[in-house]
Amino acid sequence: MAENKVLVVGGGFSGLTAAVEAAEAGSDVILVEKNPYLGGRVTQLNKYFWKMCPPNCGLEIQYKRIKNNGQVKIYTMAEVEKISGSEGNFEVTIKTQPRFVNEKCTGCNKCTEACPEERSNDFDFGMSKTKAAYLPHNQAFPLQYVIDAKACKGSSCAKCVAACAYDAIKLDMKPETVTVKVGAVVMATGWNPYDATKMDNLGFGAVPNVITNMMMERIAAPNGPTGGKIVRPSDGKEVKNVAFVQCAGSRDENHLAHCSYICCLASLKQASYVRELYPDAKVKIFYIDIRTPGLYENRFYTKIKEDKNVSFLKGKVARVEQAPNGDVKVTAEDIHGGSKITETFDMVVLATGMQPTAASLKNAGVAMTDDGFVDQAALPKGIYATGTLKTPVDVARSAQDATGVVMKSIQSLRRK
Amino acid sequence: MEKKYCVYICKGCGIKEALDVDKLSGAAKKVQNFKIHDVLCSPEGVQLIKDDMVKDGINTIIIAACSPRAKAAEFTFPGALVERVNIREFVAWTMEPNTEGTNDAAYDYLTMGIVRTQKSELPEPNILPDLNSTILVIGGGIAGMTAALSAAGAGQQVVLVEKEAHLGGFVNKLYKKIPTGSYINKPLIVDTDINKTVTEVENNRNIKVYKSTTVSKTDGQPGLYNVTLSNGETVKIGAIVMASGWKPYDANKLDYLGYGKMKNVVTNFELEEIAKKNGGKLLRPSDGKPALKVAFIQCAGQRDPNHLPYCSSMCCATSLKQSQYVRQNEDALAMIFYKDIRTPGRTELYYKEAQNNPGVMLSKADVTGVSDAGNGNMFVEMENTLFGTKTGEKVKVEADLVVLATGMVPTSRAPQEYADGLTKAAGGGDEAKKNYLEQTPKPDYILNLGYRQGPELPTLEGASGFADSNFICFQYETRRTGIYAAGSVHQPMNMAEAMEDGAGAAFKAIQAVDHAQRGIAVHPRAWDMTYPDPLIIKCTACKRCTEECPFGAIDEDEKGIPNYNINRCRRCGTCMGACPERIVSFKDYSVDIVGSMLKAIDVPDDEDVFRIACLVCENDSYPALDTAAIVGKKIDPSVRFISMRCLGGMNLVWVADALSKGIDGMLLLGCKYGENYQCHFVKGSELANTRFSKVSETLNRLQLESGRVELMQIAINEYDKLPEMINEFVEKVKVFGPNPFKSM
Repeated sequence: MAENKVLVVGGGFSGLTAAVEAAEAGSDVILVEKNPYLGGRVTQLNKYFWKMCPPNCGLEIQYKRIKNNGQVKIYTMAEVEKISGSEGNFEVTIKTQPRFVNEKCTGCNKCTEACPEERSNDFDFGMSKTKAAYLPHNQAFPLQYVIDAKACKGSSCAKCVAACAYDAIKLDMKPETVTVKVGAVVMATGWNPYDATKMDNLGFGAVPNVITNMMMERIAAPNGPTGGKIVRPSDGKEVKNVAFVQCAGSRDENHLAHCSYICCLASLKQASYVRELYPDAKVKIFYIDIRTPGLYENRFYTKIKEDKNVSFLKGKVARVEQAPNGDVKVTAEDIHGGSKITETFDMVVLATGMQPTAASLKNAGVAMTDDGFVDQAALPKGIYATGTLKTPVDVARSAQDATGVVMKSIQSLRRK
Repeated sequence: MEKKYCVYICKGCGIKEALDVDKLSGAAKKVQNFKIHDVLCSPEGVQLIKDDMVKDGINTIIIAACSPRAKAAEFTFPGALVERVNIREFVAWTMEPNTEGTNDAAYDYLTMGIVRTQKSELPEPNILPDLNSTILVIGGGIAGMTAALSAAGAGQQVVLVEKEAHLGGFVNKLYKKIPTGSYINKPLIVDTDINKTVTEVENNRNIKVYKSTTVSKTDGQPGLYNVTLSNGETVKIGAIVMASGWKPYDANKLDYLGYGKMKNVVTNFELEEIAKKNGGKLLRPSDGKPALKVAFIQCAGQRDPNHLPYCSSMCCATSLKQSQYVRQNEDALAMIFYKDIRTPGRTELYYKEAQNNPGVMLSKADVTGVSDAGNGNMFVEMENTLFGTKTGEKVKVEADLVVLATGMVPTSRAPQEYADGLTKAAGGGDEAKKNYLEQTPKPDYILNLGYRQGPELPTLEGASGFADSNFICFQYETRRTGIYAAGSVHQPMNMAEAMEDGAGAAFKAIQAVDHAQRGIAVHPRAWDMTYPDPLIIKCTACKRCTEECPFGAIDEDEKGIPNYNINRCRRCGTCMGACPERIVSFKDYSVDIVGSMLKAIDVPDDEDVFRIACLVCENDSYPALDTAAIVGKKIDPSVRFISMRCLGGMNLVWVADALSKGIDGMLLLGCKYGENYQCHFVKGSELANTRFSKVSETLNRLQLESGRVELMQIAINEYDKLPEMINEFVEKVKVFGPNPFKSM
């Protein structure tokens, strides 16, 4: 008898969609997420392109569906160690890192208030700090605090333990391993932002006012490090002249050979963040091709192009350097003009791309193609990859693809 | 069910520090049983409730504690009616501790929660008899065939209807396709293998195929569709995948690019036919000579407000593929002129292969026209190229074959245009409407729904006729429950995407059938067993519910009496809000329930004490309020929030209920509406706003200032601004002064 249960690895938008949809079709679901919260990459976004709506709006619905459905078992801070067996009968080993806060947590915030230690906030890409006992973000699901083992002084401090009235903090929690049986597996571990320090010529890490597009999302978000005020990191100055460098690492055989799909639309979106906040601000987008395929996507591009304060220059950026007063100098080729141009900006945003996470699934028996994605042809029957593990896609395509993959996983459950 | 109540009040999370719990228990005494617990969500607290259920038969549980968004698993009690009263986020965390106002707020919230349970019944699913689970797939192209095979592979019966005499759709016409996966060291053009898929479909025992057949009529609802086919047969269907595909844009409209004037100007689709017919050889239509200089003009009639404003997203890759056809002849040159090369994702590597091919030349160019160069050749005229020319300088390139990369027009477009034209004509009066109906040829309908709100899936403004979802995150959101668009009628897409989309739509169709069988709604209230239950004998046939239902769930009989098709219903309650007779109710949600909650708010005679009732959309505004509490924002203690499934359920009588009772002001918090709306029920907040425009009548009748009632559009991430907006409204109402009905 096959297990009527689906394992979903990754709780980002693809995985979440797969989990909710499978559960609502009557399957039991195990959802494994590496972070202490669900939602993945999109929880860090201020808004979605082209619609300019907040990601937490859709996530809230997904969480509500999970809560009311009751068939999704969630493991946060967890990763899959091993998968054995075959379609209909997989045995999966899941390793969970200690959260140090159990499910008795009510989300009352007393531990954070009591905690004397600080940590760099990875959710904000290090642009802010949280206490060592923290809530990942203010709309986090599950609404359960977490303690950063690296920042926490442990039992020698234990102020949080004393502050917690609910017996929710256990500083001696250890990593745990569980084994589960499932009929099908959906891999949805998504992507990481490409490491911008690898591009020596683009100044990231060396020039303080060069940021990545993902950092821009945090800066623009109301729950971000600046409360949604778009200011530059070095001196908090409001930005009135911003450059976007497209294909920062993407479409480049020395970095990411693929096109990361989302970066053109993301920069158009971020240009509108700047323009909405500062009516006199100017934005310049350096690009190779503007890729806004589709119906609404192209309409969105057309709309942004109508803004006289947003200009586009076809040409690859050669260099990004420090200029006086915290400004940033950009040198680029102007393909149409056939010349080289140099311009200075308040801040430069690198449209960095997607580094797929296929390599991290090696232990789970997932083979990788030459270009770094999941080799679907080599996947064992009953194991499916979705979202950006297959090719870079946006949220809409991820949601679509995840639903199609759920169809396949349901077939795996029903086949035997 | 005879209700046996118990109120459970939690003291944790700052509740006991912020308010007088003993005083609060005064409200609980109305139902006699109440218990106070230090930490109600603790295993002990939850056990206490479970024990009461077993020992005392408690079946109606009122929990005054945290937001219902928190501790959902702990406070789930199957078989019981459970009401969550949010005194943590709405009171303890947002109001000044231990003031009279704060205690009054908690008291009111608990009273309202009690009233709600008194008026509610435990929902039971309404499972309609004789449900069918067969999936109908309309369209036998790649999306439709994938949908059919997907559903059949999960054990479902499938009926596949194809208009043409053969399955396969557009893929039949292709010479080769682009392979999927990696392009590194792989062939760049491969056989479509479409016949393999066609055979698989035709041999599948679970799939019944009707070729040369269309759908003449679709009646019913999920689980209970009666679909009449063009051959006269009627089939019983559970849910529908609409994969009716697309047509190439009419190239005759592109005469500026020489189409129709010069024989050797062909479309990308025609090039496929030429290649297929001649075993891969690209022979010119005019003289049958092999083409040696082939120019591809990208975005032919696309990204162009005069033709198709959108990008069909597959034409760049198609031209790159076709450049490989050209290059099968080593002497031939392919030239691709583009606005932007759009090869997103891994397709970039496919583009790279073309760039590395010495016989493929690519340049950005604004093509301005195509002219005759003699001998069947053409000049492609362009400017703004990458040939080192100056801006605006014109260039002519000679080609012996020109390929126009034309785009996709969804088959849903013609019916939508017809419907739009009809609406427009009807605006000009009965005569104009009559003329339109007489003179305009009928489009090819796809579904032919017998629905009150029209025969097809409604398409969105700005969607150019695609049957698309308006949601980034919910791609299979449909405004006709149980009917899911897939493939290039859904959005412009390529073959691989159409296959995934077909599978996804088939899954949603299976899910819709499954939920009908369980008597629950589908997304977003996919757990909901309640359903609208109108008291039809009191219906005045005003047709407001049938017109306003965002999902077209309600039909009418010849007298205008509504017929609620509950399997089409999404349980938003828009009908309840629309009904002037207030006869539409759900087991736990009705005009009476919310009205009674409003009336349960205690209105002191004191002129300095204000009361503001606030109806809150539970999807966005409610979580925004919770988040405001988490980040420590303060809200005026005069405000009482009442959660709504959707603001579209707002019934005008509530304004009268509240204000005539002495409530000083009323605030309606809904989602963003208009183009790019965020309402999860399509147009709930917009409809509420339309109704709201009539509020001034009510207020005038009561001789009250119209500013006492306001509607705000709130997104979930506006939690930082929302408390201030609410507090400002309270101040505004205070300027009007107390509601004179207060002391009456």
